[in-house]
Amino acid sequence: MIKNEIKKKLADKINHWHEHSIRRVYFSVNPEDIREVATFLFNELNLRFATATGEDTPRGLEILYHFSFDKTGEMVSARVLIKNKKNPEIDSIAAIFPGAEWIEREIWEMLGINFKGHPDLKRLLLAEDWPEGKFPLRHNPEDRGQRTEKSDF
Amino acid sequence: MSHKVVIPIGPYHPLQEEPELFRLYVEGEKVVDIDIVLGYMHRGIEELSEHKHFDQVPFLVERICGICSSSHPYAYVLAVEDIMGGEAKIVPERALYIRTIIDELQRIHSHLLWLGLAGHFIGYNTVWMWAWRYREPVLDMFEMISGNRNHYGMSKIGGVRRDIQDEHIPILRKALDDLVPAVDMFKGAVMDDPVIQARLKGIGILNKQQSIDWCVVGPTARAAGVDIDVRRDDPYGAYDRVKWSVIVQKDGDIFAKTVVRILELYESVGIIRQCLDKMPKGDIDANIKDVPPGEGIGHVEAPRGECFHYVKSDGTNRPIRHKIRAPSYMNVASNKIAAVGGTISDAAITLAAVDPCYCCTERLAVLDKHTDKKIMNGWDLIKLSQEKTEKLKGNI
Repeated sequence: MIKNEIKKKLADKINHWHEHSIRRVYFSVNPEDIREVATFLFNELNLRFATATGEDTPRGLEILYHFSFDKTGEMVSARVLIKNKKNPEIDSIAAIFPGAEWIEREIWEMLGINFKGHPDLKRLLLAEDWPEGKFPLRHNPEDRGQRTEKSDF
Repeated sequence: MSHKVVIPIGPYHPLQEEPELFRLYVEGEKVVDIDIVLGYMHRGIEELSEHKHFDQVPFLVERICGICSSSHPYAYVLAVEDIMGGEAKIVPERALYIRTIIDELQRIHSHLLWLGLAGHFIGYNTVWMWAWRYREPVLDMFEMISGNRNHYGMSKIGGVRRDIQDEHIPILRKALDDLVPAVDMFKGAVMDDPVIQARLKGIGILNKQQSIDWCVVGPTARAAGVDIDVRRDDPYGAYDRVKWSVIVQKDGDIFAKTVVRILELYESVGIIRQCLDKMPKGDIDANIKDVPPGEGIGHVEAPRGECFHYVKSDGTNRPIRHKIRAPSYMNVASNKIAAVGGTISDAAITLAAVDPCYCCTERLAVLDKHTDKKIMNGWDLIKLSQEKTEKLKGNI
């Protein structure tokens, strides 16, 4: 099982380890370690990057990076918590492999997390007339924003 | 110095439901860069889902896509069941088989739909008409089982909503028996035809390393030798109870993607037949009342690849976070590799080869980058693609 190897190799980086079931593992790491952790999972263990989930929680902004190991069907999720909601930042993992480019663009526009080192950080899904600095998946009404006028689409 | 022009493809196409815009940057015949613009159909379903209770969400996510409309609710209910300890522990045996049958019928109709469109784009309109003619009986089976040709409404947390009646089983078997000769015909028509081979081999290539780097899934990955299939790797439903094999090719070109899909049709027919044989009698629903707090991941192999859902519950009757990732999200991004370096006449089929839930070639128009003057429209581009096939026919 790949989870045992991850637990052993990343022991000094993992803050919290949770095995929900035999094929579902969640662990949390510090935001500044994410590039190193993702490089290890993707390049050395050859896990496939499935997607990332961004969430606005009361404690801060959370990103879950879901990696899948298809030989055993394990789904490994690395969790980071960015406490600074005013100016959230994290290293981009799209610099390691291009498959993460779109999801980071999506999290950037939906939650306002700045991905440092992303090759082309621009809007992916939101309309062009969506106001700057408003993020629809934030829970605080002042940060959410709405469209001011109807566009042609 | 060469003259660089921009070709916008999309955003709207009446045949498919998901508009998207591709800007092809071309020099002469050659595609030198591509820009993909999404968001025309962004409906905020992840956010909407947080305002529905757990049993309403399957109906909402079903409407993400009209073609893989069993994959999304299935992945969602798997995610919720994952919170409660896993599908295998909760769901009655008969429901597992019914879920598998619906999932595979959906794969058959989706692959036939793609085959038809692919045929159309390269000028084989006969393939188009025949593929869609054989897709009709599959939709009739859906109507018989679920009452709907699309949006079956079968998935439910803890089971399925409708049973497969005993008197329907022989009709379903007969439909499968009629389908196999049709698939044989397509297999012969595509795999042995020198023109199709010349037209599809060696174009739109995404090799193995590129497939891994772009994290592509489904037939797009399998065509390039990446041996992944959620049905085998993380089995759900009754997939671990039946015998079938994962189809893998190694070339990564459009021909390989076509072969993967055609051969998968046989596997799907085989899976459904075995499920009908083995399906036990009994309950179809576990009557789940509450969803405990926790987080769960569900993923299924949709016709286009892995469909991923993540659900977080806090013990109330609504999810507090629901993340959805459709397979095309990963596959369409890889067009940046597959289409660049090819010619415009190959662009239509290359962009369609990942089987995106859309293909906007009808609104294709060639614009001069400096004057925005229209040089070519969408039909001209499909015509260009079809003319190339005709030319190859003459040579062979």
